[in-house]
Amino acid sequence: MGGGELPGLLVNEIGGIHGILHGHVALLKKHFYLITMKEFLENRKHMSKKVQAIYLWWHKPIINRELLQSLPNLKVIANSGVGMDHLDLKLVASFGVKMANAPYAVSSSTADTGMALLLASARRLVEGMEYSEADLLGVEVTGATVGIIGMGSIGYKIALRAKAFEMNILYHNRTRRKEQEEQAVGATYCEKIDSLLQQADFVMVVVSLTPQTHKLIGKREMELMKPTATLINISRGAVVDQEALVTALQTGVIRAAALDVTYPEPLPRDHTLLKLKNVIITPHLGIKTDKATYMVTEEAVENILAALNGLPIPSEL
Amino acid sequence: MGGGELPGLLVNEIGGIHGILHGHVALLKKHFYLITMKEFLENRKHMSKKVQAIYLWWHKPIINRELLQSLPNLKVIANSGVGMDHLDLKLVASFGVKMANAPYAVSSSTADTGMALLLASARRLVEGYHVATSPGMEYSEADLLGVEVTGATVGIIGMGSIGYKIALRAKAFEMNILYHNRTRRKEQEEQAVGATYCEKIDSLLQQADFVMVVVSLTPQTHKLIGKREMELMKPTATLINISRGAVVDQEALVTALQTGVIRAAALDVTYPEPLPRDHTLLKLKNVIITPHLGIKTDKATYMVTEEAVENILAALNGLPIPSEVLPS
Repeated sequence: MGGGELPGLLVNEIGGIHGILHGHVALLKKHFYLITMKEFLENRKHMSKKVQAIYLWWHKPIINRELLQSLPNLKVIANSGVGMDHLDLKLVASFGVKMANAPYAVSSSTADTGMALLLASARRLVEGMEYSEADLLGVEVTGATVGIIGMGSIGYKIALRAKAFEMNILYHNRTRRKEQEEQAVGATYCEKIDSLLQQADFVMVVVSLTPQTHKLIGKREMELMKPTATLINISRGAVVDQEALVTALQTGVIRAAALDVTYPEPLPRDHTLLKLKNVIITPHLGIKTDKATYMVTEEAVENILAALNGLPIPSEL
Repeated sequence: MGGGELPGLLVNEIGGIHGILHGHVALLKKHFYLITMKEFLENRKHMSKKVQAIYLWWHKPIINRELLQSLPNLKVIANSGVGMDHLDLKLVASFGVKMANAPYAVSSSTADTGMALLLASARRLVEGYHVATSPGMEYSEADLLGVEVTGATVGIIGMGSIGYKIALRAKAFEMNILYHNRTRRKEQEEQAVGATYCEKIDSLLQQADFVMVVVSLTPQTHKLIGKREMELMKPTATLINISRGAVVDQEALVTALQTGVIRAAALDVTYPEPLPRDHTLLKLKNVIITPHLGIKTDKATYMVTEEAVENILAALNGLPIPSEVLPS
């Protein structure tokens, strides 16, 4: 048990399906005394005072009032990744606990995932592996129009990549980017999302999940899209109305979809989306590379150490 | 039957698995009297004199001495796509028949295929798809961890127009670009994509995280990537082949993939094409094989036919052929 002098860091588990990656343990143990939820629950009395920080890996452990109440010395919760929709930010703040995410490691890898899905869908890569004798004509990527909904750092990196494919780039965002930023990627601002939806061959959804973006892409939006268009979602499943999507795909309202995110995640095995030929679904590949995941943990460590030392937290929310 | 005034164009078939796409027929019929191989064989005597041009779609019909001898008025063979390795160029030329390929339509779409395969392999997209859609698949995150594309090193073997377009795309992913080619590109061209020339292929193989093979198939490039080359590659590296299957030693590749000599491979081309269904390559988890997607988009295939029409019309009118291919 021990615990010695290093601050206690609570994690869900190590290894297994959703646990901290084994390759990251050494880095964490260098700075913290690692406590898994199992160890915590088996020895609450002893462990509860030791926990000064929590490192969330794929949204676990679940942060609720009960947990927060049982950790009197908790100072900071560090998130792996950039989405914070799984956290009740007000609740956490009410306990005087700080929160941080990991935006820097995330953007390139997620942009790469978005491009991988766009290309795989357009060129019918997955179908090609499954049905090699079928007529598998895809749609052209080079020179096509991509409409990026959400032009934060990930959306912008997608624009940089799309430009190299000579794509025509439209974007829709709460706020407009600076002119130099637009010009650097040749992006045209669409103040109204409808305009983007009507013109795009590929609609790339790259927004955070908020009450405003919940079911942002529904029946109305899909019907505005071209019947030859492809929808790619790398945000959160709930940004797209999944039932409307099933209908749109089955009736040819849109050509195809590629989803790295769904709700729930994963989908139940009998869900219609899993049976449609014109859908690619991937299990939240997002930032799942050796390098990006390690950078996320490095960022989290930096945020946690800053919080514990009373210094400004680099990626505080 | 007719045949009227339009020159006869021989094609393998219309529609079906490897036939001329239905969407292209109107364009061809605007300029030519279309004759399928079936029609030709059923009525050789009448048809043989009408054929002035052949349009090859996916290497068919097969051009051999017998066919060439039976077409006295054949002036030109137009190829769909850019590879000419399926043709005996000297034989065709010996009959006074000209040949043309379709390089312009091909390069962007093939470069896109190369990038699609690179990304799919690196990010384990196909494995992920199976996990996401198959019943009862438990997996740990560590099992599906991919390798980073952004900032990695790509080594492009063959820096023709397709290879160069790959370099342009790779640059946007902040990749470090090495290339190996028979001849070095101009300095401005290298600088525009930030590419470093590797005079020796070994140097490229030792440094690259992704080896992208984009050469024509010639006697010199046959089995260009074999056991020796794969052993020079990093064990974390990925091999992507969008050239021709025979450029890679397939047996050596199977061994390399099974023993971890390289991390993974993505092949849009094999030999034969398609592979027999019991081939080992089809069973390995760390291989993606696609059925020669190359330029298979609605737009690119149509552009190929447009290019072919232009080449054929030039030949029939005694004008310079835009994309003539001469026997080397």
